[in-house]
Amino acid sequence: MRLEPIENPGIARRLGPPALALGATVVIASLLAMVAGANPFSVLGLILKGAFGSQFAILETLNRATPLIFTGLAVAVAFRAKFWNIGAEAQLYGGALVTVVFGTGMLALPAYSMLPLLALLAVIAGALLLLVPAILKVRFGVDEVVTTLLFNFIFLLFISMLLEGPLKDPMGMGWPKSARVLPEARLPRIVEGLRLHWGFALALIAALCVWVIQTRTTLGYEMRAVGLNREAAAFAGIPVNRVLLQTALLSGGLAALAGFSEVSGLKGSLTLDLSPGYGYTGIIVAMLALLNPLGVVISALFVAGIFVGADSMSRAAGVPTYLADIMLATALLLMVLAILLTRFRVVRG
Amino acid sequence: MGAGTDVVLRLDAITKRFGGLVANDAISLSLRKGEVIALLGENGAGKTTLMNILFGQYTADSGSVAVMGQTLPPGNSRAALEAGVGMVHQHFTLADNMSVQENITLGVDPLLAPGLNRAAARKRILDLAERFHLAVHPDARVGSLSVGERQRVEILKALYRDMKVLILDEPTAVLTPQETDDLFATLRQAVASGLSIIFISHKLHEVMAIAHRVVVLRHGRLVGEVATEDTDKSALSAMMMGGAEARAPEVSRTEPGRALMELRGVSTPNIGNAPGLKDVTLSLRAGQILGLAGVSGNGQAALAEVVGGQRKPGSGTLVLNDAPPTAWTPRDAVRRGIARIPEDRHKTGTISDFDLTENAILERYKGTPFSSHGWLNWRAARRFADEIIQKYDVRCPGADTRIRLLSGGNMQKLILGRVLEAAPQIILANQPVRGLDIGAVNYVHSQLLAARDRGAAVLLISEDLDEITRLSDVIHVISEGRLSPGFARGQKSPAELGIWMAGQGFADAS
Ligand SMILES: Nc1ncnc2c1ncn2[C@@H]1O[C@H](COP(=O)(O)OP(=O)(O)OP(=O)(O)O)[C@@H](O)[C@H]1O
Ligand SMILES: [Mg+2]
Repeated sequence: MRLEPIENPGIARRLGPPALALGATVVIASLLAMVAGANPFSVLGLILKGAFGSQFAILETLNRATPLIFTGLAVAVAFRAKFWNIGAEAQLYGGALVTVVFGTGMLALPAYSMLPLLALLAVIAGALLLLVPAILKVRFGVDEVVTTLLFNFIFLLFISMLLEGPLKDPMGMGWPKSARVLPEARLPRIVEGLRLHWGFALALIAALCVWVIQTRTTLGYEMRAVGLNREAAAFAGIPVNRVLLQTALLSGGLAALAGFSEVSGLKGSLTLDLSPGYGYTGIIVAMLALLNPLGVVISALFVAGIFVGADSMSRAAGVPTYLADIMLATALLLMVLAILLTRFRVVRG
Repeated sequence: MGAGTDVVLRLDAITKRFGGLVANDAISLSLRKGEVIALLGENGAGKTTLMNILFGQYTADSGSVAVMGQTLPPGNSRAALEAGVGMVHQHFTLADNMSVQENITLGVDPLLAPGLNRAAARKRILDLAERFHLAVHPDARVGSLSVGERQRVEILKALYRDMKVLILDEPTAVLTPQETDDLFATLRQAVASGLSIIFISHKLHEVMAIAHRVVVLRHGRLVGEVATEDTDKSALSAMMMGGAEARAPEVSRTEPGRALMELRGVSTPNIGNAPGLKDVTLSLRAGQILGLAGVSGNGQAALAEVVGGQRKPGSGTLVLNDAPPTAWTPRDAVRRGIARIPEDRHKTGTISDFDLTENAILERYKGTPFSSHGWLNWRAARRFADEIIQKYDVRCPGADTRIRLLSGGNMQKLILGRVLEAAPQIILANQPVRGLDIGAVNYVHSQLLAARDRGAAVLLISEDLDEITRLSDVIHVISEGRLSPGFARGQKSPAELGIWMAGQGFADAS
């Protein structure tokens, strides 16, 4: 058996497999729920209700999608140039770290200058974090998959050390938790009274910007060329190494915005559970979106919806919460497979 | 002969459309045991498409393929393989990081019992290699082989599987004349033992030499079928071009002008097994075509890299318009008016998954008219691509087609348009007509001559001595990285040049 690319997939080909994947996910989720002792026919309804069934649910889903859009964009940008950034998790924490370092009192500015400045500093931090593996790659040929992945662990240990030491909140009753950022360093809500902060809007703007960069600018053109055929790009005179470094800066900066937005918009302080693996989930989000920046928004909403919906379903149906994790994993695996099948057909021989 | 029982392969009314383009239009064809058919046609006539259908890689819109009377399931290359159809693709499909033996036995030997038949397989490969004079070592890594050797591996692969029908899609486009002769000797032997062959080539003398029958495609339709003994080269080319006559461009004499680029005592390090340049001195003059003859792998790549900006001379100097350039990268070369037609249009000349527009601006997207302040001007780019498509007759569904869907010849026309539209001072043409049909060859040659006549300097690198001797005003031979003195047009016979190419004149000269 092998996969054969389909040149011009029709509408059935493009929508069929994802629809099947969704259906299969629902069936599997229902069976799992049944095994756990719940009514299998209520599962789908409960997931949908949990994710989109009320104003609260919808806002929860949007909030959850926000960091995923940023990390999804970070991965999409990098993978487009075949720069394998697996380190969005570390860059996210880099952005969060900078936000609490400067946002808890070191800078005293009004909100309208404080917030952009913090965002900018976060972007710089994330960009620099990814610049190191990028330089190692172009200078010495060190594989960035290894360096960015390992860096995640190192950086999380580093954060953990800071939270036990210099950054530890003296009022935190001994928890490894930073002090809260100043009120001027908090992203306000988009609509007063609704629990949705400006980080979400920022994420949408970021997606639009990335899309414009990729389709309209010479930098985007260079990144795509380098990703598709490095040899031909170099022959044509595209400075491949410089493009890879620029890609790293952009990707790292985007991932760091996830950390900034989580601290400043949602949590208010830095803890070690700030991200339940948003950096890694960003890879799935980007793959589901076929690396298209606008698609990232949709796939982030999809993934966040499953997160939130399955969680709420497990509570409502009284089944263990790890069922939600299993469902999420099933849904993602099937969806990745389905998306592959929209572009390839399986043939014998 | 009639409808003898010895028909091994029958194509019946094969039709294949790509969008609005009819690549194959109701083509029927049959092939007998021990017969060689040559498939002839212009670039984009639909030859490769037809072979891909036959081999089960594409599914035809209608029509059927039968091997030994058995209809093959459409779009199933495993079934085609099992029925005894083998194909050597226009672009090789070997796995670079595996050994020759692994490549040959891949998919044939049961993977679950490795080692079981290893020794037997090896023996069989060595036997076949000896019987058919296909010298390759079973343990060599395919990635390290020359094109000629890879070809032999592909053919061994077919012989190993006991094929009844072998499809060879432009096997000779990348071979030296000597390698081609060897290939033909092998093929004749295989045919004598019962193999049937479909052979695709744009070189008519090869077609006349190897085929029993010639089938001509034009715009997807079968327009002629003749026995080789009843035809000749000019009749074939007329059939192929729909009655138009293929006329090679007239070559007039010109007075060379000043030197636009000079290499003075340039040496470069070896690249892998290929030699670098050894103390090469050469000057490219305005209004002159300098032909570089030689067997490939003798330093042509290094020279092309130096001239094209990919490599700085290791020692010696490069002089451009009377002064050494301060910076020397591909982009500098393009900015200084050097047009580069690369040897490998798939790997270095184009980005397969970019469309024609994106490929058209690949060298010049930076700055006017295609971008300003980092913003691309897609409209200007699109206009440029459309202009090339029109002016250079690139056959394609449109400028937004991904370039890998173009036939080889049409891809080359796009590259040609891309570089020539910039009115270059110096043209580096590395194997510019490889894989092109006669009409396109003449077209490329006339463009090179026209550029020369308006005062450009042309460096023509080719393995085809005919091409070199016909076009070049001055000829150098390259061997082992050394350059012969320049010979004026007509000064040396092809035989004498051949002696230099074998590396012989150099000792006397030094
Ligand atoms: N997958 C595809 N999708 C769309 N168009 C295609 C595809 N494959 C081939 N074509 C088009 O079909 C036509 C026939 O192409 P084909 O490769 O068969 O030509 P060819 O005769 O082999 O030419 P050449 O001598 O240059 O190799 C061309 O116009 C090509 O652009
Ligand atoms: Mg072809």
